[in-house]
Amino acid sequence: MAVLASTLRSSPDYEANRAAALDALEHVRELAEVVLAAGGQRSTTRHRERGKLLARERVDLLLDEDAPFLELSALGGAHDPSETPGVGVITGIGPVSGVECVVIANQPTVKGGTMNPTGVTKQLRALEIAAQNRLPVVSLVESGGADLPKQADIFVPAGRIFHDLTRLSAAGIPTVALVFGNATAGGAYVPGMSEYTVFVRNAARVFLGGPPLVKMAINEDVDEETLGGADMHARESGLADYLAADEHDAIRLGRQIVADLRWRKLGPGPSLAADEPLHDPEELLGCGPADLRRPVEARELLARVLDGSRLEEFKPLYGTTLVTGWGSICGFPVGVLANNGILFSAESRKGAHFIQLANARDTPLLFVQNITGFMVGSAYERGGIIKDGAKLINAVANSTVPHVTLMAGASYGAGNYGMSGKAYDPRFVFTWPSHRIAVMGGRELGGVMSIVRRGAAERSGTEYDEDADAAMRAEIEELIAAQSHAVYATGRVWDDGLIDPRDTRNVLGLALSAIHSAPVQGATHFAPFRM
Amino acid sequence: MSEAVPIRTLLVANRGEIACRVIRTAREMGIRTVAVHSDPDAGALHVRAGDVAVALGGSTSGESYLDQAKILAAAERAGADAIHPGYGFLAENAAFAEACAAAGIVFVGPSPEAIRTMGLKDLAKARAREAGVPVLEDAEIAGDDRDEWLAAAEPVGYPLLVKATAGGGGRGMRLVTEAGELADAVEGARREAGGAFGNADVFLERYLQVPRHIEIQVFGDSHGNVVHLLERECSIQRRHQKVIEECPSPAVDPELRERMGETAVALARSLGYVGAGTVEYLLDDSGDFFFLEMNTRLQVEHPVTEEVTGLDLVRLQLLVAQGEPLPFEQADVVASGHAIEARLYAESPAGGFSPTFGTMWRYEHASVPRIRYEDGIDSGSEVTTFYDPLLAKVVAHAPGRVEAAGRLALALRGMRLHGPCTNRDFLAAVLDGADFLAGETRTDFVDAHPELVEPGSRTPLLFHLAAAVAVSAHRRRATAPVAGHAPPGWRLLPGSPGRRATWREGDGESLELEYRLAASRLTLALEGETHEVVLGELGADGARVRHDGIERRCEVAVGPDGSVWVNDSETQSVWRQQPRLPETDEAVVSGNPVASIPGTVVAVHVAVGDRVESGQTLVVLEAMKMEHGSVAAAAGVVEAIHVEVGQYVEAHAKLVTLSQDGSGE
Repeated sequence: MAVLASTLRSSPDYEANRAAALDALEHVRELAEVVLAAGGQRSTTRHRERGKLLARERVDLLLDEDAPFLELSALGGAHDPSETPGVGVITGIGPVSGVECVVIANQPTVKGGTMNPTGVTKQLRALEIAAQNRLPVVSLVESGGADLPKQADIFVPAGRIFHDLTRLSAAGIPTVALVFGNATAGGAYVPGMSEYTVFVRNAARVFLGGPPLVKMAINEDVDEETLGGADMHARESGLADYLAADEHDAIRLGRQIVADLRWRKLGPGPSLAADEPLHDPEELLGCGPADLRRPVEARELLARVLDGSRLEEFKPLYGTTLVTGWGSICGFPVGVLANNGILFSAESRKGAHFIQLANARDTPLLFVQNITGFMVGSAYERGGIIKDGAKLINAVANSTVPHVTLMAGASYGAGNYGMSGKAYDPRFVFTWPSHRIAVMGGRELGGVMSIVRRGAAERSGTEYDEDADAAMRAEIEELIAAQSHAVYATGRVWDDGLIDPRDTRNVLGLALSAIHSAPVQGATHFAPFRM
Repeated sequence: MSEAVPIRTLLVANRGEIACRVIRTAREMGIRTVAVHSDPDAGALHVRAGDVAVALGGSTSGESYLDQAKILAAAERAGADAIHPGYGFLAENAAFAEACAAAGIVFVGPSPEAIRTMGLKDLAKARAREAGVPVLEDAEIAGDDRDEWLAAAEPVGYPLLVKATAGGGGRGMRLVTEAGELADAVEGARREAGGAFGNADVFLERYLQVPRHIEIQVFGDSHGNVVHLLERECSIQRRHQKVIEECPSPAVDPELRERMGETAVALARSLGYVGAGTVEYLLDDSGDFFFLEMNTRLQVEHPVTEEVTGLDLVRLQLLVAQGEPLPFEQADVVASGHAIEARLYAESPAGGFSPTFGTMWRYEHASVPRIRYEDGIDSGSEVTTFYDPLLAKVVAHAPGRVEAAGRLALALRGMRLHGPCTNRDFLAAVLDGADFLAGETRTDFVDAHPELVEPGSRTPLLFHLAAAVAVSAHRRRATAPVAGHAPPGWRLLPGSPGRRATWREGDGESLELEYRLAASRLTLALEGETHEVVLGELGADGARVRHDGIERRCEVAVGPDGSVWVNDSETQSVWRQQPRLPETDEAVVSGNPVASIPGTVVAVHVAVGDRVESGQTLVVLEAMKMEHGSVAAAAGVVEAIHVEVGQYVEAHAKLVTLSQDGSGE
């Protein structure tokens, strides 16, 4: 198999790219600090004083010792100044008793553990990942219910959480709820819809309506423990399957429940040599473009991610701005499609061909996006670039092998779609700090709008206000820049996580391992290809 | 002059290292060997060393290795024509030597008469005096007149020792520093001697304050030849048992050696002594020496004599037992270099040298050159409390004393002894100590150096902790069923806290630590301090641990109970990780007894204030013609009873309130 060579260090852009990446990561570190503060010192101290574990400590204890945790949407909400990054719920994938599970943990120390709109999005995404990849779900429940001022953005979509939980269950995917504290009203349906429930004695309180509401509704005086305490649910209502002595006991029981699932992954295990890349992954910092007009050779990135830096290229001489080929990550075979410039007709046809081969071979696909779009211009339109782009999008959309998409650089226009962007149901999307995403670049968009408006002014015979035009262009450029930023994208949960480029192989390995919990089966039918 | 009778099959009536030692030489000489064993020793090393083995049955020494009839029956069954008794057990039992002769079996040792004579302290001393051997002033104690006792003590002088006539091993012995203590000491010694030996006779003997223990190895054959094989110094003793022995003694010059040797030979000659024997002396700082006793057997510490003389004493014993003459004369005995032996015991020096026991699941030598090991166990051996806890003897022989001590200490420190506590650290600390190296060795050595009992670790514990933590994490990752490729405890968010764990070294305090392990770098936060450690060649069984400019190769092994054993060339430590999620007592979640079904109370078995045990029936209900007992889930005190006999209760109704012990609920 061919081994990729590297000339990265001799690239004039390497140092600039690396510096920009480190700069961006510093910003990520600041955001992560806020996420890890879990609501701040005062809130966490008070929580601890009640003898409770922090949500992250619960997750750590639930996971196997020294196991990795692929946190999902970790910086969710980072785009919105009215939300706390991380939004008060931890979601991710990690091994519990040797079984990769989706873990969803409320953070009662963040804004009282209330649910906000991005929190709902995060949870639904985690449940979607569980369903697509056939991963058991363990919920660590302690929630203060909806953030009431934002209830309009929460109430309707949040219902889907309970829908998804029971659909998982129906699909044979186990669901476990460990209840550490309050789970009121809608929240009560997390244990309600879960297959196994563990309630912590003297701490779990689960009821549809709390004492004040009960008093209001039926004038009954009742305390919380009597109304929805763990003892009551374990002995009388039967909502609690296991009564735990304390939080540690609950987590121990949760781990035992998962161990007793006798879970078997249905995808093939890692089957190829999982040796480290030959080239230093540290240099991945220089593989993301600081300036989108100066793309980085895609093979340099692949040489630091693929096992042994091995890539057997498919059609290396044809459609050269799209690199396609076979390799593996942490022993899992993958087909790779990586942008190495804008997409032309040949690249689109090559990509569509390659995706069909991967489906015929039941091989997962890795898309590496660094794409400013499909080529425009009359020659290309005449050459049928839309027809060819349609072939690629047809292949991507109807492919049933798992896709993992890495947003390494630009993701503009229909290039995003042709390279299995978020809307095309990739199993996972991970983002580098150098990533930019939009329908087109801010400068281009401002320019386009200027041309359109100028044309309209000419047609109506009015004088075009050049000052207003400049202001408009600057404003658009600024807005697009803000909304196409990697942190904005990850805050919106357009991806599953903003990652340190140096962690890429590890993250992709964890994602591929989780993916193989479900069978890997290629499509037998695509839509008719427009020839 | 007796005819030479070759020994073809030798039964070794012993266990442990000495059985292995005798079997080794016998096999070298082409002699078939028979091992014997008790029930607990069925899998022991010496049993596997013999060509055949015979089970004696029984567990205690009395039921097995001391049972003469069983030993003789085993010899007959296995076709043995000779018995080597080793040391201890039947080695100095004249009756057994006679029984062997009666059964036509060669007893590898001196005549029953010599054994008997030297076995009685007063008789032995008299014979020594007759043979011109210097003896300590002594006096007989007879009758119950205390004034007579005081008068008898007068010529002996104080301090003096009250000793049991039939004694040994320090039993029935009392030190008396002034006349006022004499009466109590005599009575106490009589009581103890009577209990231990069935003979309450005691005598008084002059006591040397801090002498050295020097002994002369003698050898005689049935052709009238008697030689001595130099001295051994065995002053380092604990609980009256030698732990470190050496040859030659740093306190014996050639002239003294010659005098001591000559007197020892004279005593042996006077006994018509055949075989290996040892004449023990006390030597004071003025160079005067006094007869202590004679041991009519091979000594535990014989290897140091072998190393220095180049002779095989077991071979000589067997030759002589076959009636052959000693193959050399006194003038041929030449000393070369210096040899030191350390006795490795399963015992706790810090716990007053009390014996320890358990499975020694890993027993391995250090990679130190030219060390002689006399092993009594191997990996997996069970150390029981039935017998002497000697595990092995470790011997170093070098041109000089300091070199021998240094090499022996290195060997001891580097041994992998994964199992019950041993005296290894104590031994190494003695050997490395300035006083030992200066030859300042007297019988009070151990008492005078209490700091050696818990010498502390030469390797800072951090190295071993780092090795234990890193290797454990590495092992967990390597055996993880999924996602094994990921670094230990990897987290996506930068600045995430490290993994938390609680470890405990031996019986020490629990250490709460936080660690991060990435590639070869371990960051360990411990008691408010953060340590950076670099790990080379991290694998499932160790790493090169570098910290603070020093690198140590740390070997890590995990015991069957999950204990983590770390060895470097200087120290061993054992670590246990506390479970992250300890099992909770089931009872805690069972809560107070409630009615499991609706029914009528037919009996209440407790009253308020009663202390109840877990599982005790508190209340009996009847429903559907069946009785249902409601039991206490945990021990506690009855705080309230909510029902009475005849009352009908609903399901889940609270029957009794128990306060759990100490919880105050």
